[in-house]
Amino acid sequence: MSTPLEDLFVKVRTENRAALIAYIPAGFPSKDGCAKVIQTLVASGVDAIEIGFPYSDPVMDGPTIQEAAEISLKAGTSATDVFAALKVASDAGVASVIMTYWNPIERYGVENFAAAVASHGGSGVITPDLPIEESAPWLSSASRNAINPIFVVAPSTSDARLAQVSAKTGGFVYAASVMGVTGSRSDVSINAHELVSRLRVVTSLPVCVGLGVSTREQAKEVAGYADGIIVGSAFIRLLLNAKSEESGLIAISALAKDLANGVREGR
Amino acid sequence: MSVDELPGRFGQYGGRFVPEALIGALNELEAAHISAQGDSAFLAELARLHRTYTGRPSIITEVPRFGEYAGGARIILKREDLNHTGSHKINNVLGQALLTKRMGKKRIIAETGAGQHGVAAATAASLLGLECVVYMGQEDTRRQSLNVARMKLLGAQVIPVVSGSQTLKDAINEAMRDWVTNVADTHYLLGTVAGPHPFPTMVRDFQKIIGIEAREQVLELTGKLPDAVLACIGGGSNAIGIFHAFIPDSKVRLIGFEAGGDGVETGRHAATITGGSPGVLHGTRSYVLQDENGQTIESHSISAGLDYPGVGPEHAYLHDIGRAEYRAINDDQAMNAFSLLCKTEGIIPAIESAHALAGAMIVGNELGPDATLLVNLSGRGDKDVQTAAQYFGIPL
Repeated sequence: MSTPLEDLFVKVRTENRAALIAYIPAGFPSKDGCAKVIQTLVASGVDAIEIGFPYSDPVMDGPTIQEAAEISLKAGTSATDVFAALKVASDAGVASVIMTYWNPIERYGVENFAAAVASHGGSGVITPDLPIEESAPWLSSASRNAINPIFVVAPSTSDARLAQVSAKTGGFVYAASVMGVTGSRSDVSINAHELVSRLRVVTSLPVCVGLGVSTREQAKEVAGYADGIIVGSAFIRLLLNAKSEESGLIAISALAKDLANGVREGR
Repeated sequence: MSVDELPGRFGQYGGRFVPEALIGALNELEAAHISAQGDSAFLAELARLHRTYTGRPSIITEVPRFGEYAGGARIILKREDLNHTGSHKINNVLGQALLTKRMGKKRIIAETGAGQHGVAAATAASLLGLECVVYMGQEDTRRQSLNVARMKLLGAQVIPVVSGSQTLKDAINEAMRDWVTNVADTHYLLGTVAGPHPFPTMVRDFQKIIGIEAREQVLELTGKLPDAVLACIGGGSNAIGIFHAFIPDSKVRLIGFEAGGDGVETGRHAATITGGSPGVLHGTRSYVLQDENGQTIESHSISAGLDYPGVGPEHAYLHDIGRAEYRAINDDQAMNAFSLLCKTEGIIPAIESAHALAGAMIVGNELGPDATLLVNLSGRGDKDVQTAAQYFGIPL
């Protein structure tokens, strides 16, 4: 049986476009606010939602996501809230995944975590600090619970290793567009395009590009060669800057619509 | 295991939990370390620096007047406090700085809590002509402003870290972010036996000289091995450094003293093995102070150098197999030992090392006057004068 995430990539391939995936940390901007953000994003054309598990030591994240995670953790966000947010997204009718550093999974229990993702309608989990060498128990649990284990690769990853990582990945391969942490950047293209091209040689899985994408123009450009774009910090920045929750929702809705147009213009 | 790989795990601990972007750099570092350890020219250059720059071998000192407060046991100190820059940190820093040059990299980054590792890294960078950036929690830059000035005098750039708790763990987070971004020309000169493989093994290899020297020196002085070897533990580099040569000597007890802060029962402590649980932090699986969601809990200790919510994976392993024992020493016990060593022996220890001295007082009383205890005096207390003066109410 395929996951909703796998179904999504079949769909966007037939529509000859890229998928738009939005990242939002659970519990941000507040517990209730997070659900509204997810519903707004889905209503504005986002194809899949990535729920971030806020973590105390986010070494892969830039200042924007760090700030959002701190706000969420101060409000007491727990694993229960993360799974609740996942369910809000899957109930809204889109593919949903969790993105988390490894320790919260280990603490929750590897098998229990995979089972909870499945029981809340989630399609998979992105694990940015879990190299394939450490992944055996996780891959077993993901397989048993029929969810996609999604690994992240970087511009510095060798061709041989891209093949090894892709072979263990399900759903899509997450291509980090630049060497660095999350956050909006003016230029994402050169490294990302080359990395995606190298991935095409070693895998038939869909490839999505994350880190740095924030505008319709960038979405259009990346959609020209990738199967999906992942946008996080740009939405979070709008929510952090908003004077009220209401104006924040209006702002992210406008950006989501813009990006949704972008992913349809690239080919 | 193939010949070109080091073991990356200590039982269930250790390993590598890092972003894919760092895997290549960690492999490169592992290969460079293995090749350097087999290169007599590299080892000769490191030995020359130890002899002519650091001042190795460090001496041992017997402290009978202090021993009266330790059940009359024979107490022998390994004097890492006499090294250039004032602690054992220089042993690792010189090794890694030479490796940085060997890898053709021009820039080092380092994290620091109290500033000892940052000062040592800035020193090595100055000596070997490398650019040096030190990340330090903003809270720590205020507490340790003298060491910030020292690093700047040595030519390093000090970047205050304002995220999270603004202490050592956040400085490590920020250093890792820098490394992910600049890994092509930058080496992350990690200061302790934690972090992703190969750091725990490599840093131990650069610190094990402490125990190799001390084992010979104690045998020469006393004609036998000590009954126990004692050290303080934050990340655990001075402890693994002095323990390592004694691991095969099964009759020698190895005892590490963690920072108990206000007391482990209060929750305000940094005793990771005593009061934590297995988890993953900063790229390695070991004991971690964490809550039920896997979030790191902030540690507390009067000693900035031990104020860390993780511990090296080899210590976690030595604990679980029963080869080493780990106990907690609270702030007041450590400061009492600090004061005693000052007044009985004319040696001002680092507050970190005072935790091992407090441990010696307890173990000496347990074992009695026939016992011989080797204690690693990992650093000197010049940097702690202000903290100690405040603690003892000495007006400044």
